[in-house]
Amino acid sequence: MEETRIKELQRLAIAVRRDALRVQQTVGSGHLGGAFSAVELLIYLYFQRMRLDPARPDWPERDSFILSKGHAAIGYYSVLARRGFFPHAELDSYRQLGSRLQGHTQLDAAPGIEASTGSLGQGYSFGLGIALGNRKQGRQNTVYVMVGDGELDEGQVWEAVRLQSRLKLAGLVLIVDDNQLQLDDYTRNVNGAADLAAVFRAFGFHPVPTDGHDFAAIERAFAALRPDRPNVIIARTVKGKGISFMEDRIEWHAQKVNEAEYRQALEELRQQEVALA
Amino acid sequence: MNGWQAPRDSFGQTLVELGETHPELFVLNADVAKATKTEAFAARFPDRYLNVGIAEQNMAGVAAGLARSGLVPVMSTFACFAPGRCYDQIRQSIAYSNLNVKIAATHPGLSVGMDGAIHQSLDDLALMRALPGLVVLAPSDAVQTRKALIRAVEHQGPVYLRIGRLECPNLFPAAEDFVIGKAYTLRDGSDVTLIAHGATVQLVWAAAAELERSGVSVRVLDMPSLKPLDREALRRAARETGRIVTVEDHWLCGGLYSAVCEELAAGGPCRIRGIGVGDVFGESGAPGALYAKHGLTQERLLQEVARLLA
Repeated sequence: MEETRIKELQRLAIAVRRDALRVQQTVGSGHLGGAFSAVELLIYLYFQRMRLDPARPDWPERDSFILSKGHAAIGYYSVLARRGFFPHAELDSYRQLGSRLQGHTQLDAAPGIEASTGSLGQGYSFGLGIALGNRKQGRQNTVYVMVGDGELDEGQVWEAVRLQSRLKLAGLVLIVDDNQLQLDDYTRNVNGAADLAAVFRAFGFHPVPTDGHDFAAIERAFAALRPDRPNVIIARTVKGKGISFMEDRIEWHAQKVNEAEYRQALEELRQQEVALA
Repeated sequence: MNGWQAPRDSFGQTLVELGETHPELFVLNADVAKATKTEAFAARFPDRYLNVGIAEQNMAGVAAGLARSGLVPVMSTFACFAPGRCYDQIRQSIAYSNLNVKIAATHPGLSVGMDGAIHQSLDDLALMRALPGLVVLAPSDAVQTRKALIRAVEHQGPVYLRIGRLECPNLFPAAEDFVIGKAYTLRDGSDVTLIAHGATVQLVWAAAAELERSGVSVRVLDMPSLKPLDREALRRAARETGRIVTVEDHWLCGGLYSAVCEELAAGGPCRIRGIGVGDVFGESGAPGALYAKHGLTQERLLQEVARLLA
């Protein structure tokens, strides 16, 4: 990826974080921590990787993305809006009565939303079903599913992993947003430390570890996917990434920013933007 | 009457028939193909069949994804697992997403008998009826199961289909059309209405003949559509007979009795009695013995009718 393109994507990441902060400040709720860990991955997928057409959200040849960690919707909606699926102004309706932007994603509620999620653990099964259906109907498109590392507590994920290790559907890519925190504690404290790459390798997967905030590294990871094996990208990320006082802090799973924190967060994003110029 | 057959056998045969005419049909099984009778479909259409293993939650999610891709999946397992094992998956991935999945659940209620309480789904209709937008069907015999499956596959949207396990007489007229949301009047009468779904339709049918012999005019409603309900048929029964007895192989909580009470509570005076399993778990035993223990019998039905008429 060219340096200028990387900078464009980095500016977009700042814009998405600013959107999410502003929306949370306006609406009074939303999960910033897990949204911010996923920002670069989402931007890479929607602005660099996926075959899609915002004017035709139901185009049969499109690639699909499933945000299985549905609480990260506050950042995801910003990415969809900035990619052109619906008006940017609609972000302010997030979590409000009558909105298309539900607190957790709802399939087809607004253009571009490809799954109903929020009850964790279901997205990979759903993506596997789409990928299987695509293959049966002769389509070559790809389904990307993002799960959180905490979400891997859910047994259903491993039911789907086993099925994919048997079917080896080429058009299905699992992405773990490995921010190492879940709602109550560090993931390692909740469910034990696990070498995710080794675990997935034992299931027959091709694991690709990457830095989930570095666009060049993310691109290298996607380039390393193999057509002959089930693929999982294990993206090491930081919960609350981009805002100093939120990074890797348990309380920012869904905590609301106060006025002073809001101003400081915006100032930090402004400085990041200046540094890019 | 035209013979005896197990509804699940009819389900398996009809799936194969539908497979010939519906190339979009895809059958999922959670390692119980012999019991749910999806084996024949697997043999005839191996490319449109998948055993996902003992993983019902994953099956529900995969079914939702297949529907999203444009296929028409039929996911099949026992009624104790779908919805019991994967209620949340049906709720989020299928019903809330309004995806075109057909949930085919065999071995309902006490009919599994010896396997005991764990395998006796006495709550499946309660769970499925609670979900907005989900059609809930419990056909009564093999003929009706065949027709209900065809309609379920043609219907655009999620459907739960409760399929009987045991052989039973075919009471549903072969010439009769099956319409989702319609109750069927098997016998018309003016003193009392007996309503059932699934295997208990044969019970009310036999009891009605007995009652008619003793001079009671009995209406028998076969109510295979738990959702949407045939409100008009229910209101007419309440108005014209003033007395209703429901009979079902399900907990009284949340099934047919609940549905009828919910519908008629705001209407005119009508006395309603429910026969079903009370607030207890089942246990191992022959299906007939379990039916007897829980009052799913002609004797109990006649008692309830006598009480209403007294």
